[in-house]
Amino acid sequence: MTAPLDVSGSAAEAHPEAVLVGAGKAIQGRSLTRIAWMRLRRDKLAMAGGITVILLILVAIFSTPIIAAFGHPPLEFHQDQIDQSTLLPKGAFGAMGGEFLLGIEPVNGRDVFSRIVAGAGISLLIGFLATILSVVIGTTLGVIAGYFGGWVDQLIGRIMDVFLAFPLLVFAIALAGVIPDKGFGLEGNSLRIAMLIFIIGFFSWPYIGRIVRGQTLSLREREFVDAARSLGARNGYILFREILPNLMAPILVYATLLIPTNILFEAGLSFLGVGINPPTPTWGGMLSEAVRFYTLPHFVIFPGLAIFITVLAFNLFGDGLRDAFDPRAH
Amino acid sequence: MRRKSALAAAATAALALVLSACGGGGGTAQQPAQSASGGAAEPAFNAGLTSVFNPSTKKGGTLKAAHSADWDSLDPGDTYYGYSFNFGRFYWRTLTMYKTGPGPEGNTVVPDLAEGLGEASDGGKTWTYKLRSGLKFEDGTPITAKDVAYAVARSFDKETFPHGPSYLNELLAWPKDFKGVYKTPDVDYSAAVEAKDDLTVVFHLNKAFSSMDYVVQMPMTAPVPKDKDTGAKYKEKVVSSGPYKFESNEIGKKFALVRNDQWDPATDPNRPALPDRIEVQLNVNADDLDNQLIAGNIHLDIPGTGMQPAALGKVLPDPALKARTDNPIIPRLWYVSVIPDNPPLDNIECRKAVMYAADRVANQTAYGGELAGGEIATNVMPPPIVGQEKFDLYASEGNKGDVAKAKEALAACGQPNGFSTTMTFRADRPREKALAEAMEQALAKVGIKLTLKGFPGSSYFSDYAGNTAYVKKNGVGLAAHGWGSDWPDGYGFMQAIVDSRTIRPAGNYNLSVKNPEVDKLIDQASAELDATARAKLWVEVDKKVMEDASILPVVWAKSLLMRGKGVTNVAYNEGQSMFDYVLLGVE
Repeated sequence: MTAPLDVSGSAAEAHPEAVLVGAGKAIQGRSLTRIAWMRLRRDKLAMAGGITVILLILVAIFSTPIIAAFGHPPLEFHQDQIDQSTLLPKGAFGAMGGEFLLGIEPVNGRDVFSRIVAGAGISLLIGFLATILSVVIGTTLGVIAGYFGGWVDQLIGRIMDVFLAFPLLVFAIALAGVIPDKGFGLEGNSLRIAMLIFIIGFFSWPYIGRIVRGQTLSLREREFVDAARSLGARNGYILFREILPNLMAPILVYATLLIPTNILFEAGLSFLGVGINPPTPTWGGMLSEAVRFYTLPHFVIFPGLAIFITVLAFNLFGDGLRDAFDPRAH
Repeated sequence: MRRKSALAAAATAALALVLSACGGGGGTAQQPAQSASGGAAEPAFNAGLTSVFNPSTKKGGTLKAAHSADWDSLDPGDTYYGYSFNFGRFYWRTLTMYKTGPGPEGNTVVPDLAEGLGEASDGGKTWTYKLRSGLKFEDGTPITAKDVAYAVARSFDKETFPHGPSYLNELLAWPKDFKGVYKTPDVDYSAAVEAKDDLTVVFHLNKAFSSMDYVVQMPMTAPVPKDKDTGAKYKEKVVSSGPYKFESNEIGKKFALVRNDQWDPATDPNRPALPDRIEVQLNVNADDLDNQLIAGNIHLDIPGTGMQPAALGKVLPDPALKARTDNPIIPRLWYVSVIPDNPPLDNIECRKAVMYAADRVANQTAYGGELAGGEIATNVMPPPIVGQEKFDLYASEGNKGDVAKAKEALAACGQPNGFSTTMTFRADRPREKALAEAMEQALAKVGIKLTLKGFPGSSYFSDYAGNTAYVKKNGVGLAAHGWGSDWPDGYGFMQAIVDSRTIRPAGNYNLSVKNPEVDKLIDQASAELDATARAKLWVEVDKKVMEDASILPVVWAKSLLMRGKGVTNVAYNEGQSMFDYVLLGVE
């Protein structure tokens, strides 16, 4: 009898909470996700972070109408607003006001508000996609390493060590400097964005990978895995139906915490002039220009705040998420 | 609105001053207008450009100078910075030097060690200089033609002295087996540079060269006594031939000069030698240096390239501070190379479209505006170059670019809807990035789409914009570029950036001028011994390049220099393109 037994729902049965479900409908059982959500809702900081993240995503998605409504095109020069001798905005506080909500840049006179809104899309896009890439690679390799152990674990573990020891920043600078104009069916900045996502995502997977491996190591000794195995379930089944669903919580938590790291990394590369090509606005690029004009507070503060708020929001939300899923880590 | 913003600016400036006073260790930065004591001269913007500001013959005092980085080398055979050529004249003398003081005469050369300017013979292939008598090193031994010839010969060795200019390496007829005075000490180099007798130095050149007097004002001709020469270590203890000698020298930190009692003012009509002592601090933070200069703790900013952007923001809006500055045009052009290697820019009409489409005012602003950046350039040669003529082949209303003419040129080029190309710039130079962005905006108006790419400045010419293979492979059409002259005549400024025969696989500075007619004119000009006719030929070169539309001039650079507090005899010298350091004194 080689056909697998009907083990559907065995994952649910394995949950301690599932016992409650099985005990009868009288007591409404709560899934882990539901419990976590209740805990999360009580965490005001995490909720604030989460709402900010959602707002940021909305801003990034609707950047074009927002700019049209409240600002000027992000690439448009307004040099008539610039004092030709000092190159600073003529108006007080960087020409902040109804016309330019957050003032204008020195030299070119571009609208700071529009550029920050337009920059949100790139920062979040790179942050999310790079994280997804590292989560996919990290989870796959982490689960395999943790589940199979032995030489597979040894090999993957050493690969992770190599990647963690890799001088990522130096490598990224070198690689970003030689990205061609065309390739992989992409062109110009879309190719650069794709390359940045690849560089950042491909080199940060071991962080997720190690956590997943550790979790898998403990999960594979659990009874429900033993049960599935003794019932003749194949490795693939156990990996993806038994173990992976139980890893979702830590993966979600660490992915949320990895996003701000990746956003910061992109900002760092743009700051160093090896990120996205100008004149496309990025937060890091704006900050690096602002360094030249540090006597002009608005120009440094707003892109800096944008990065700060984004990173803080993701971190607060990620921390809250972790506490919600695993209160003992508090 | 205007009034309010002016008030706000003044408030910011006042705040900045208070801050600078704290950073600079106190001082009376709040009353900059009262700095010039005695009323010898009223501080005024550009007062040092046309006349000597605060003239004085009073000797004594200590001149305090500072440098924001390290000196490339104090050795006269191993240095290639304008400030070093300028400052070095305190402790070395060369065959000729720029005429000291303000005004256009600063571009001309006068004899220094030599009695008179060089005498050309053999159609410009041999140059003879006669030394003055009574010249002495700091130890009292007489300076002879042999010491000058030896100094020239030792500077040949670019492995020992990697920094110095190589003009004499290329110009002189060095013997084949001569590899430098250290590697081949026995080889006779008199076929290149010869001490005919104690007071006669003769240069033998490969080919006729008319600008020799400009080349020998460079420090390679500063005498070095052979028995005191320690090769690469000579920079630690340079033997002085000028009015000052080293009292102490801590490489990378500071050094001090004191009077050289063996220097005889009767042999030197050019240097007043006013201060008793000169102290130089090295590696001072550039922003801090500006603040100390404003506050008066430092008399002189050695690099002489102008104030940092942070300081400009506080100096320019403040009339009292601005009155202490000079804003000269220096012999430097910031420009865009319009590279004819890739289609459609191989078509002259498409290059002309770029010329017409560019918004010169936006480009100027990108470079820092009228005061900190420079004057809008309409042709290649900057005004301080001898014999320069200003002309404008691509004029437009208000210098804002001419969309109609650009579109006409595009149509003539067969690209009526425009085209796409790549523009490179040095990512570590914010002004070049701003220029690239301004070009992108202006060219987009006529349908030319630019992709902007920034590269590290250190490998810009070796691997990217100056690498012919890279340019071809990546379709680079425009490249931000800048060039300053080693000496202010046509050859000194133009040759390296317009002679197509200098183009190599990598490391090019001429990125775009590939015109045989230009090359022919260059040969004609460098063989022409008559100075006026020579200058005219260089103007012809300039016109050819502009007709060819392979260089889009952006600005003739200006620098904003601040005259130190309590410093006398301050004048901007065109030859040095900074203040004339050897004239300076202190109150």
